[in-house]
Amino acid sequence: MTRAFLDALARVPDLLAAHVLLAAAALVAGLAISLPLAILSARHAGVARVTLGFASLVQTIPSLALLALFYPLLLWLSALVGGGIPALGFLPALLALSLYALLPILRNAVTGLAGIDPAIIEAADGVGMTAAQKLRLVEAPLVVPIVMAGIRTAAVWTIGAATLSTTVGQPSLGDLIFAGLQTQNWALVLAGCAAAALLALVADALLGLIERGIAMRRRGRIWAGIGLLGAGIALALAPIWAGGGQARTITVGAKNFSEQYVLARVIGHRLEAAGYRVRYREGLGSAVIYQALASGDIDVYVDYSGTLWTNAMHRTDVPPRPRIVQLVGEWTRQTDGVRLLGALGFENAYAFAMRSDDAKRRDIATLGDLARQAPRLTLGSDLEFLERPEWAAVRDAYGLRFAATQRYTPSFMYRALASGRADVISAFSSDGRIAAQHLTVVSDPKGAIPGYDAILLLAPKRADDAKIVTALQPLVGAIPVAAMREANYMVDRDSDKRTPDAAARWLERTLGL
Amino acid sequence: MPAAPFPHGPSVAFDAVVKRYPGGTVAVDGVSVAIAAGGFVALVGASGSGKSTLLKTVNRLVEPSAGRVLIDGDPVDTIEPHRLRRRIGYIFQNVGLFPHMTVAENIAIGLRLEGERRNDVRVGDLLDLVDLPRDLAERMPEALSGGQRQRVGVARALATEPGLMLMDEPFGALDPVTREQLGAAVRGLHDTLGLTTIMVTHDMAEALLLADRVLVMQAGRIVADATPRVLLAGEGGAVADALVAVPRDQARRLRALEAGV
Repeated sequence: MTRAFLDALARVPDLLAAHVLLAAAALVAGLAISLPLAILSARHAGVARVTLGFASLVQTIPSLALLALFYPLLLWLSALVGGGIPALGFLPALLALSLYALLPILRNAVTGLAGIDPAIIEAADGVGMTAAQKLRLVEAPLVVPIVMAGIRTAAVWTIGAATLSTTVGQPSLGDLIFAGLQTQNWALVLAGCAAAALLALVADALLGLIERGIAMRRRGRIWAGIGLLGAGIALALAPIWAGGGQARTITVGAKNFSEQYVLARVIGHRLEAAGYRVRYREGLGSAVIYQALASGDIDVYVDYSGTLWTNAMHRTDVPPRPRIVQLVGEWTRQTDGVRLLGALGFENAYAFAMRSDDAKRRDIATLGDLARQAPRLTLGSDLEFLERPEWAAVRDAYGLRFAATQRYTPSFMYRALASGRADVISAFSSDGRIAAQHLTVVSDPKGAIPGYDAILLLAPKRADDAKIVTALQPLVGAIPVAAMREANYMVDRDSDKRTPDAAARWLERTLGL
Repeated sequence: MPAAPFPHGPSVAFDAVVKRYPGGTVAVDGVSVAIAAGGFVALVGASGSGKSTLLKTVNRLVEPSAGRVLIDGDPVDTIEPHRLRRRIGYIFQNVGLFPHMTVAENIAIGLRLEGERRNDVRVGDLLDLVDLPRDLAERMPEALSGGQRQRVGVARALATEPGLMLMDEPFGALDPVTREQLGAAVRGLHDTLGLTTIMVTHDMAEALLLADRVLVMQAGRIVADATPRVLLAGEGGAVADALVAVPRDQARRLRALEAGV
């Protein structure tokens, strides 16, 4: 555990730097928007109703949803202006967090301005101050302590919510938390949470130092606080300045489950061996990761043929597996310029799994058998399955009607099945836990679920990069499902867990890659 | 360039001034009166009689709905409000010292607005002028007594050497002893500096004792305009008589008490 924690800590500095930059940029943007709005709101009650109402409304949207909403919004905007606006990564995270930072700053500033003793304002007018002088010499100094309190609240919120930016492809300390939660690597979760909490405490303390410095009219304290904050941000910027060779940095994407983390590392290791700097964007949702590749936010990732077949191409027919891979490859090349380098050699299909003893007792072997008993059973699914067209196809093909459905992150889904809280789960066929937990996979005689060959995809600008293709070509057809299952299980099992990186190394050794 | 202060003691004229608020309330209902250069005029009336509103039309804290206000014959609305106000001293009941500035910074604010930076000597002189010890300069307003605060308010109003002083219930929040002292001090400054002073008060005794001329207002109109002596003689009309009767009666009862009757 100690070693795992130290391994996790080694990943903190880079992510902390990204986290600091994102939170600081969002806070500065939040300030830049909310302060002028606050002044306007303090002068006009009508404006105040609109701005405070809007800021409160934003606050009621869960931060995860707010981040997710910017993805389609930016896609649409980008299409409107003819492309060029990144819909994933820094921009959507910045926008969502800036909006989130608005309310505490705006509300405190408006309250502060409204709360100034009218006699002081009358005196300011009486001695002949212009509106600008009144703001600079009287109103601003008097509301600064209250605004600072709002900024502190906003800073803590922003740093906390920035962990969620992982889901839109912006690296942050959330990478550790999401990856750890997914692979049940608690050392990672702990490292991510502790780092984020510590960052929030430090930022709050420094802003508090500035706040007290202002209240006590101590310039030394104010500048010490500003200096330390500035130094922290400069330190976070250092890797970017030092980075320089951005062109040789390759970004490897991964969805949010163990197999994806392992495969991303396998890809990353090969690229590093070929002389590239490698960054990882992990924890991306199925819906956004392909768009991220098409727009060049990530350079390479592994998807599954059936996923693109049903979700992106909206196909409902189910041809043989090699044919699906071929058609997906033709489609990605034509529509987005994305290159399908090849299938890795194994399939990770949706598979309805039950506890073996339970399946035997209920005499369920096929989805047809399952459909007859479904009204008495609970389906546990991953977070997105029930929204996917595959589910609709299976449900309609067999007339599946479950008594209840419950969503889990993949790891917890298996636990729910083991503990009996779910009777059937939407498992993954390459998952090591199917064998380890002695699960029975219910067969699909009607062929309602398409093939899910793991396929290696390259972003348009990397599609014809010979060096990258050469580095990754050996992976095509090289990974049998048994090896993949074992590597997945190393990460997923409860005892003697390995990191995705270690599992990737094991896989490379075993397969002689 | 700092705006030139008014030559000491300008004249002030109200020309059919009306102030009507949205909703129909008429605070000032057609006031025309001329105040001579160097005069000390008290505006007396009950709450809501329009006296404060009338006063504030001079430094444009209130804009009249109709009519004009002239200082030395120039309409005030031909000068930008902030420039106008820097040439007029303004003192009001709540003082409005800036709580985040020292006493010295408060006093020098008008000079600072005019771009003057080094005002230590001037601040010292002004503290002397309002009988405050010089070592108060670096204190914060919250550390002062009510009387000291209003003296600082007076010093702040005098800093730019205005010829015209507007006072809105300047001593209203003070205890009687301080009030008496400060009243005498302000009258003294008016005389030595050769100011024109307009003072709003609801206290007829204060008006009679400090002013050369008393204007009595009721319902937005001036109902009496006379010297203190004439008002005391009962020649100011019914409203003025009623206001004068209060301090006169108090004085009579005090004398009776003193005589042991």
